[in-house]
Amino acid sequence: MCLCNLAVAMLTKRVIPCLDVTGGRVVKGINFVNLRDAGDPVEMAATYDSEGADEVIFLDITATHEKRQTTITMAARASEELHIPYTVGGGFADINGIRTMIAAGADKVSLNSAAVRDPFLLTTAAGLFGSQAIICAIDAKRVKNAGDRWTVYLNGGRIDTGLDAVAWAAEAARRGAGEILLTSMDRDGSKDGFDVALTRAVARTVDIPVIASGGVGCLEHFAEGIVDGEADAVLAASVFHFGELSIREVKEYLAASNIAVRLD
Amino acid sequence: MSFVVIDYSKGNLRSVQKGLELAGCEALISQSVAQIRAAEALVLPGVGSFADASNEMTQSGQMQAIRERVRAGVPLLGICLGLQLLFERGNEGLPRGQWAPGLGLLAGSCRRIDSRDTQGKSFKVPHVGWNQVRFTKDSAARALLAPLFSKIEDGSNFYFTHSYQCEPVSGQDVLATVKHAREFACVVRKDHIFGVQFHPEKSSRKGLEVLQNFVGFVKTGATG
Repeated sequence: MCLCNLAVAMLTKRVIPCLDVTGGRVVKGINFVNLRDAGDPVEMAATYDSEGADEVIFLDITATHEKRQTTITMAARASEELHIPYTVGGGFADINGIRTMIAAGADKVSLNSAAVRDPFLLTTAAGLFGSQAIICAIDAKRVKNAGDRWTVYLNGGRIDTGLDAVAWAAEAARRGAGEILLTSMDRDGSKDGFDVALTRAVARTVDIPVIASGGVGCLEHFAEGIVDGEADAVLAASVFHFGELSIREVKEYLAASNIAVRLD
Repeated sequence: MSFVVIDYSKGNLRSVQKGLELAGCEALISQSVAQIRAAEALVLPGVGSFADASNEMTQSGQMQAIRERVRAGVPLLGICLGLQLLFERGNEGLPRGQWAPGLGLLAGSCRRIDSRDTQGKSFKVPHVGWNQVRFTKDSAARALLAPLFSKIEDGSNFYFTHSYQCEPVSGQDVLATVKHAREFACVVRKDHIFGVQFHPEKSSRKGLEVLQNFVGFVKTGATG
């Protein structure tokens, strides 16, 4: 078989819109406060699908409370109306919650605080559902006056665990997480671009895909995350959510920057 | 009569069913051997590991029912693990050297995908994401591929998520390949038996077209 024209064949870099959800509705925080309501998450995700999004992440930001059932209902609706993979993140406490969400149709779940509190949950979940279904989400914040060092934060940036973010990413990968969703708490909502040093530090440490998140404000930032941050995927919420950029615009920009993306 | 999406693992198969419904056919998700026997066409989705699926399908009698119906001419589409189950055997979920039986409708085995290329460069396994499906060059393969890939260009991206692959004995069964660390078969066909390693139900518009094309193949009397 001729291999000459397969030299360029490869997994494409992914563009992932994130939808923050509460009570079955989309919200977006500016630095995690002043949430603004803006519609039905499944409908919005289907629009992203038609624009060329490679997958979608629904982040349940109030998941720990009574509104959890609406998120499960949303996940079930998404399995009918979306034709790309989708992840539900936030609010998982134990293996049963993960099982329920995957049974509802989620392709992947993203674990954050629950994994920090009980790292064995990653091991168990990966064993039961496969690594491809388990994302470890890490909210990292730069340690002041300490060079390139970041610690892991919980509860939307309110609790500093003191855990080294790069070391935690490595442990998560070792325990069977299939991807790292890495959010810079310093950059989230800032529109100053990804924390490229953080993204690169994690990408060079783990041998699983890294999704860069937090800080995208313009087209160039997406390319920076992939080229300089060495991320496998780039995530953004507000630039898509408020129509500042379209998914297609981002993918065309990345393609023009010689980054392999799915445009068909 | 309708399409039956075979539920051998009690996984969520709604997106496969929905994809078939969008293609204009009635699709039933079922574990029932009776319903499998009554189906106009069968879809074997991809959930879980080869050994578990093999065991479940054997215990439930689904394995035998599928073999009989397919040998009687009923079209079958295997998706992801469903493609792998078309083959004779697989070793996912088993100790080294042990094999679980597949449907044996195509000749070959299923094994873990390579994580190193010919130069020793390391690739991430599982193979997860959008990758390009490359059509086999020869004209016989192109003709066999046509019913499923009508109007879809060579090199189109589809969504993959797997750690195991098939190794067909006959190159003639391979209609398209994909390259991760190494190149491997991702679309296979023998007569009215089709298999795709990617997930058409998760591959956006082009994936839905593949499902639609399979439905078209069945509805036009499976002559393509």
